[in-house]
Amino acid sequence: MQAHQRMLDPTTNGLHSGESPLLRTIGLTKRYGDFLANDAIDIDIWPTEIHALLGENGAGKSTLVKAIYGLIQPSAGEICWKGQPIVLSGPSEARSRGIGMVFQHFSLFDNLTVAENVALGLDGKESFKDMSARLEQVSKTYGLPLDPKREVWQLSVGERQRIEIVRALMQDPQFLILDEPTAVLTPQEADQLFVVLERLKAEGRAILYISHKLEEVKRLCDTATILRGGKKVETCNPRLETAASLARMMVGGEIKQVKAAAGRQTTVPRLVVNDLSLAPGEAHGVRLEHISFELKGGEILGIAGVAGNGQDELFAALSGERLSKDPGTIVIEGLAAGHLSITQRRKLGAAFVPEERLGHGTAPRMKLSENALLTGHAASGMVHHGFIDTAATLKTVDRATETFDVRKAKRDPEAASLSGGNLQKFIVGREILRNPAVLVVSQPTWGVDAGAAAVIRQALLDLATAGAAVLVTSQDLDELAEIADRIAVMFHGHLSAPLATSEATREKLGLLMGGSTLEPKEAAHAVGA
Amino acid sequence: MQLVLEKRAERSNTIALISPLIAIVLTIVTMVVLFAILGKNPLLALHAYFIAPLTDSYSLQEIAVKATPLVMIAIGLSLCYLANAWNIGAEGQFLVGAVAGSWIAVKTQGTDAGVWVLPAMLVLAAAAGALYALIPAICKVKFGASEILTSLMLVYVADLFLDYLVRGPWRDPHGFNFPTTAEFDPVATVPLLIEGGRLHLGSIIALLVVAAVAILLGRTIKGFEIRVVGAAPRAARFGGFNSNQLIILTFAVSGALAGLAGIIEVAGPVGHLQPGISPGYGFTAIIVAFLGRLNPLGILIAGLFLALTFIGGEQAQIAMKIPLDVTKVFQGILLFYVLACDSLILYRFKLVFPNRQVARGAG
Repeated sequence: MQAHQRMLDPTTNGLHSGESPLLRTIGLTKRYGDFLANDAIDIDIWPTEIHALLGENGAGKSTLVKAIYGLIQPSAGEICWKGQPIVLSGPSEARSRGIGMVFQHFSLFDNLTVAENVALGLDGKESFKDMSARLEQVSKTYGLPLDPKREVWQLSVGERQRIEIVRALMQDPQFLILDEPTAVLTPQEADQLFVVLERLKAEGRAILYISHKLEEVKRLCDTATILRGGKKVETCNPRLETAASLARMMVGGEIKQVKAAAGRQTTVPRLVVNDLSLAPGEAHGVRLEHISFELKGGEILGIAGVAGNGQDELFAALSGERLSKDPGTIVIEGLAAGHLSITQRRKLGAAFVPEERLGHGTAPRMKLSENALLTGHAASGMVHHGFIDTAATLKTVDRATETFDVRKAKRDPEAASLSGGNLQKFIVGREILRNPAVLVVSQPTWGVDAGAAAVIRQALLDLATAGAAVLVTSQDLDELAEIADRIAVMFHGHLSAPLATSEATREKLGLLMGGSTLEPKEAAHAVGA
Repeated sequence: MQLVLEKRAERSNTIALISPLIAIVLTIVTMVVLFAILGKNPLLALHAYFIAPLTDSYSLQEIAVKATPLVMIAIGLSLCYLANAWNIGAEGQFLVGAVAGSWIAVKTQGTDAGVWVLPAMLVLAAAAGALYALIPAICKVKFGASEILTSLMLVYVADLFLDYLVRGPWRDPHGFNFPTTAEFDPVATVPLLIEGGRLHLGSIIALLVVAAVAILLGRTIKGFEIRVVGAAPRAARFGGFNSNQLIILTFAVSGALAGLAGIIEVAGPVGHLQPGISPGYGFTAIIVAFLGRLNPLGILIAGLFLALTFIGGEQAQIAMKIPLDVTKVFQGILLFYVLACDSLILYRFKLVFPNRQVARGAG
């Protein structure tokens, strides 16, 4: 059968005419059961191009790049590499052809050194010594400093990403795929990464850049392909678009703007943390160091920071999943609570939303009504004399469904069957319907579609307006800027003094996220380093 | 073309119900092959195993008698397994319960002790079984010792302790040196339900246990706690449930039920303490628990079915000289198939036709 000779993509400029793209997919389709993760996707990647792949969670970005990288086999359609149709048997074949990939979730062994990790990921037959030398050379050439002898657990997230990038570059790829590389970086680290990417592009390589940060894409990318619901919506030049027009293409409609009520009053302190220090519960965990803050009713405090700087440990300490020996370190509604269990803290009026929806916030294979009971059993009239009031648990499900527009196939499905956004709306709804005095929420809109994210942010604002104290941990600085009144930054288990959101510029937050302080001298030093 | 296992969006309740039936059918097919290899007529063997025992009243009663300890033990085990606590030592807890209860029977032998003897035996047996089960549970919680190993090893301790007692201090002086205690007095014996029959009060107790645990699991917060700790440990901790407390509790309850089953067996059908009072009830109950989907009603049905294989195995041995060990083979194969079929609850088989012709043709 002859491959169809496609018309050149109308958006490609004159430079490309007559040549064939480095990589082209024609009608690429991936079917999981009845679900079309990719529906006949055509995409052209040219050399010397940074190509953005945009889309919401579940739009099919990951499926597409997995197919291009040989991790999954497409159900239909074809992939052409330098004009020739290819079938990739697996990632090692993709690598040997010159396709590299840096994943969002790193595959590194914590207890091995940088060089050992790189060696494990390479298919080559060179000696460990030669490989180490080449590693140092590549990291120097591209300005990605790495000490090959350090063990991975000692490194920051940004440094770990560097290992992954260097490992990919050591194969000298002509085409590099990066999956949400800036999600774990400070703004300054992201800027450094962009310099590296520009340089790779100048060397004639092609880059496929997966992101949902639109400003970043406008700044960095030459071309953008937008996916929605498994289909390609558009290929365009992002520099000619506005962030709003790109967002419209991603979402397929207008996104509701989040509105803060005017004149929110702060009241009494409802959550106070006094000099909280806590040893980590597991190996390579982060020690919490002298954390103090005060959160009043009517106020939203944002905690920013690169992942893995103690946010999880702080959540566990605040929720009572880990107890503090000194009761006075955590005060909820005026009562010392450091020694109280999570159930007792809930009875004091606290509510918690953890980062992981499945397996932490909910039991995945249990029904929503049972998951309502999970956090509601102590204080919401769902249990009488040890017996469960099933009607009351179902009522909570119905109220959360109605108030927060939770979409589901039936009245009371299993938690795991809901999409990420709908499950998160249910979890946030479940807690807000208990009218908490204090809400501690971690990554409220992580991996959630834009519509659901807006609903959740609005709910947090409304809760604060109603007088509750809300603590939001997030890696999304835009989100914190949108809803928080003050923002503090976590670094290596320390929490900075909160800044008023109006004063918390990206630069200031970025410095704090990188471990610098805001004193002028120190800051200058940090930038120089 | 290839066959792949594909994850289902939601667990299939239909398969959850029919999975044990598929397992039974597959087991029977395997057994037919096995009988044929042994040189026995498979149809006659199946008849002896599954049909003959259902045709007379004595065998029917005997099935209920055998099902009684199986169901009681399996109900307790199901609580452990739901909570992700792996009690493999129910056999030992059964024996310890039998020994502890028998102690009262032996000490009151020939005295004019009143009707309090049997209730006291039941209570003591349950307490002893619970305490014996707490040894692995506490080792697990305090020291992180694998409860699978410790509970299993304690089976042999209990077995040998019982052996010592009936060969030594508790041996019936008029028993011609057989390793057995004297027959228990009537006040130390579980009453029969039918005069001259085999069915005894223990079966009623087993039914009450089934009903109580069905309510516990389905209606109470404690039952929810047990299920959620097993299904999603981290979510359970987030819900405020303490998994260590639950390991202690479920081990204690399952030990108590196994101990109770032990004394009922000794003070009922057997009538005295001797070695070999259990044909492996504590282990077979593991199969019953899983075949019954860790669900009380399912366990009741599965217990009756496994009891049928015990009786059928005896009949097949008498009628066709099929070795009694074939029953154990049958039970083992059954557990294997049950666990295998359970993967269909969360996964489904799918035929995949990879579409590569396009790419190949074009190249």
